[in-house]
Amino acid sequence: MQIYLPIAEVSVNAFTLIGLGGLVGLMSGLFGVGGGFLITPLLFFIGIPPPIAVATGANQVVASSVSGVLAHVKRKSVDFRMGWVLLAGGLVGSWLGVWVFTILQGMGQVDLVVQLCYVVFLGLIGMMMLQESIRALRRSRHPTTRRRLHQHMWVHRLPAKMKFRASGLYISVIPPLLVGLAVGVLAAIMGVGGGFIMVPAMIYLLGMPTKVVVGTSLFQITFVTAFTTVMHAVSYNTVDIMLAVLLIVGGVIGAQFGTTLGAKLRAEQLRILLALLVLAVCLKLALDLFLTPDELFAITPGIR
Amino acid sequence: MRGAARGWGVLLALMLATAPGARAQEDEAGGVPPTVPLRAGDILPEDSWPTYPDPAQPRADVAEEPVGPVEEVVAGLSSDAVAITASFDGSDILIYGAIKRETPIPQGPPLQIIVTVEAPSQAVTVWRKQRRAGIWVNTDSVRIGAAPGFYAVATTAALDDILLPEWDSRYRISLPQAMRAFAGQIAVESAVPFTEALIRLREQDDLYRLDEGSVKLVEQTLFRADVRLPANLVEGSYKTRIFLLRDGQVIDVFVAPIDVRKVGLERWLYRLAFDQPFLYGLMSLAVAVVAGWGASALFRRLRRA
Repeated sequence: MQIYLPIAEVSVNAFTLIGLGGLVGLMSGLFGVGGGFLITPLLFFIGIPPPIAVATGANQVVASSVSGVLAHVKRKSVDFRMGWVLLAGGLVGSWLGVWVFTILQGMGQVDLVVQLCYVVFLGLIGMMMLQESIRALRRSRHPTTRRRLHQHMWVHRLPAKMKFRASGLYISVIPPLLVGLAVGVLAAIMGVGGGFIMVPAMIYLLGMPTKVVVGTSLFQITFVTAFTTVMHAVSYNTVDIMLAVLLIVGGVIGAQFGTTLGAKLRAEQLRILLALLVLAVCLKLALDLFLTPDELFAITPGIR
Repeated sequence: MRGAARGWGVLLALMLATAPGARAQEDEAGGVPPTVPLRAGDILPEDSWPTYPDPAQPRADVAEEPVGPVEEVVAGLSSDAVAITASFDGSDILIYGAIKRETPIPQGPPLQIIVTVEAPSQAVTVWRKQRRAGIWVNTDSVRIGAAPGFYAVATTAALDDILLPEWDSRYRISLPQAMRAFAGQIAVESAVPFTEALIRLREQDDLYRLDEGSVKLVEQTLFRADVRLPANLVEGSYKTRIFLLRDGQVIDVFVAPIDVRKVGLERWLYRLAFDQPFLYGLMSLAVAVVAGWGASALFRRLRRA
């Protein structure tokens, strides 16, 4: 069934969009990532103009995150206090990111910077997660070493300490604020929720327990992407509501299945899966940068 | 056979009485066919005509001498408006017409027809990638001031055989000519690969099309052309042009508009997005939140049951 999208001004198959939304929703519920880093490239691939893919992707992420976060609230796996701190950093970061984006646009190098950001961050995080989760898996099979609650690192020696009861942490607010800020900047530049960066940062940098990480990151993503959606709609008129509705229909259903599935899988397995997924996306993007492309030319509308 | 053709002619005449369209004012000779000493198929010296025309070049001057009997196009379109609805999946436009003449059909090479349909022009930037430190990067760009978003050319025979380059340049008929002007300074040594790339990319998307031999011409008098408008159309006032050619030269032009508009829900959403962007943004958010919350509530109930 073909459907004409009023803002994107292209005609696409409605079931393709629903399926795509479903796949991304599943990831969202399973891993606590918004799925933006998957949906945006997939939308490019089916012929949606990039600015519309980015803005509408953000809108779809709102829906799947709301759906996911509500499921997590029911399971009491959201650290609200941590969520608000991350959000405060995230909104400032998002604003900064848009500013950087405008500068890059003036230089005509947005695509390159976005792609490089993806490759570097996905590569680093994927490797880190894979290494860590394989080690954790081995440890659980041969329980020789004593497991600590969390590792004490430099982040725990900073001032302005705050109690995060749900996470069982007593740490400085500065690291979570900075994590939120960094994620916000990257989110605005890369057009994603930023969960795939935030989740590992929360685990490895802040030392939060995996149980609350997913719900808390979804909580932050919901608000940051909502802010991004409205900003895109107002300043660039690039949110296609018809496209969003179709993606959302698939997405919310996928997110529910993902959350259910996530509760059944073991944390280590979940982490290995996410690590492999992140590395796969990274590899694909890196190949695009290094291999000779089939088409050396690209068309962008307007004269910058 | 003749009876059938005449019957069609009568039908056409009736349809034409109500068909939209306007005679082009482009022909300064006032309907008198101009001519040039070159003939179609003549081989031109290597340097006299670029193998690939540069859209920035001015229109070629054509010497005009009145010769031969007067032949004019009368034509109509199956529809002068295309409505884009939610289920819009492209549209077929039938362009039909006849040749009006006071004298018998002239001797010599047969009459040829070219039909073009074009969307409003937009500015585009074409980028070329180059390897820099092992990475493929957008390095050079050419800005094209005006390129139609859609351009279809339908002809009775191979375009090169029926149209002389100077006439192509004058009326901007072929695909390379459809692009109007470069904007700003051109920083690259040659803009040709960029314009070629634009045409190639748009042809892949079915937005630029050359259908040679798809116009049917009966007895050098009646013709019809079917042009398919693709699903990924943009709004605007489209232009249909019908060229009458003899001996590689344009002897008459007919121009008719096609109005392409979004209707219903599509139109309402589009207008809202541009007139009330904040409200539209909030609406998009509300849809997302309600859908997310709704699905969550629904699944909770399902799980409990």
